[in-house]
Amino acid sequence: MNRQNDIAYLAVAALAGAIFGVGLYVSQMVDPLKVLHFLDFKGIPSGTWDPSLALVMAAGLIVMFGAIQIGKRWGKPLLDTKFSLPEFTKIDRPLVIGSALFGIGWGMSGICPGPAISLIAFWPPHLLVYLVALFLGSYGGAAAMTGWSDKRLALAR
Amino acid sequence: MTNFTPLTAAIGGALIGLSAAILWLGNGRIAGISGIFGNLLPAGRPMVWRLTFLAFLVLGALAASWIIPGIGVGGPAGKPAALAAAPSWFGGGTTIWVAISGLLTGFGTKIGNGCTSGHGICGLARLSTRSFVAVGVFFVVAIATVTITGIV
Repeated sequence: MNRQNDIAYLAVAALAGAIFGVGLYVSQMVDPLKVLHFLDFKGIPSGTWDPSLALVMAAGLIVMFGAIQIGKRWGKPLLDTKFSLPEFTKIDRPLVIGSALFGIGWGMSGICPGPAISLIAFWPPHLLVYLVALFLGSYGGAAAMTGWSDKRLALAR
Repeated sequence: MTNFTPLTAAIGGALIGLSAAILWLGNGRIAGISGIFGNLLPAGRPMVWRLTFLAFLVLGALAASWIIPGIGVGGPAGKPAALAAAPSWFGGGTTIWVAISGLLTGFGTKIGNGCTSGHGICGLARLSTRSFVAVGVFFVVAIATVTITGIV
């Protein structure tokens, strides 16, 4: 059953997207410098450390943890026949290497993908360069994965 | 901790969690931005809901900056949003620095299957072992990168 172009399905995606954008603005995670001040642990002794990001994560996690429990009781989402779970379940090398490379990219700029998209609303200098690079990097990652993805799936299950 | 903004952080974080909850309980989808963004291509995958989600994410941030102005950066009353300048030891300039950051983030989140939202919020809430590993790795590496590069 493919309901992914139904109006209700798209309305849920729109509502979730809008609330995500509001959350990023309100939490100020749209500000790369604020994120960098969290990641800068040298600022703990000097007093410039900003723990806000940890609180953003904690609040988000609590709400989502509740939703996961509700979903378990329902057995399936409202508008589809099953929850779309990631196909990988085991710890493998691409997971660790990919997360480490992402950590370098994130630490270099204080930008992760969500804030990068929300920053389109405020269009700071250099954002276009970042977004094009993000897309090319993701595309390159997909190309790198196609060769070993079947084998990886077999191993990861 | 002069920069700490606990109230807006908690409210904003809860809203991000609510967004993830709605997408999960409504459509059964993980609100992972790198996945939603990275799966726009190749064409043929369901992309209409992904584009819708991303477009409304931008609109939500924009609307919030007008309705509740001046919380941080952006909008009519906020500080202008800005990317961090490349550290002075890097001779290549901010454009190249930003490009490298974007390439690494795009490539890394693709092969690692997730970012701060997909692994960080949704994965941890599902108690996924892969997400605990991913989140531990990218936080430690990001903190080390900020320390080593001295970007702030």
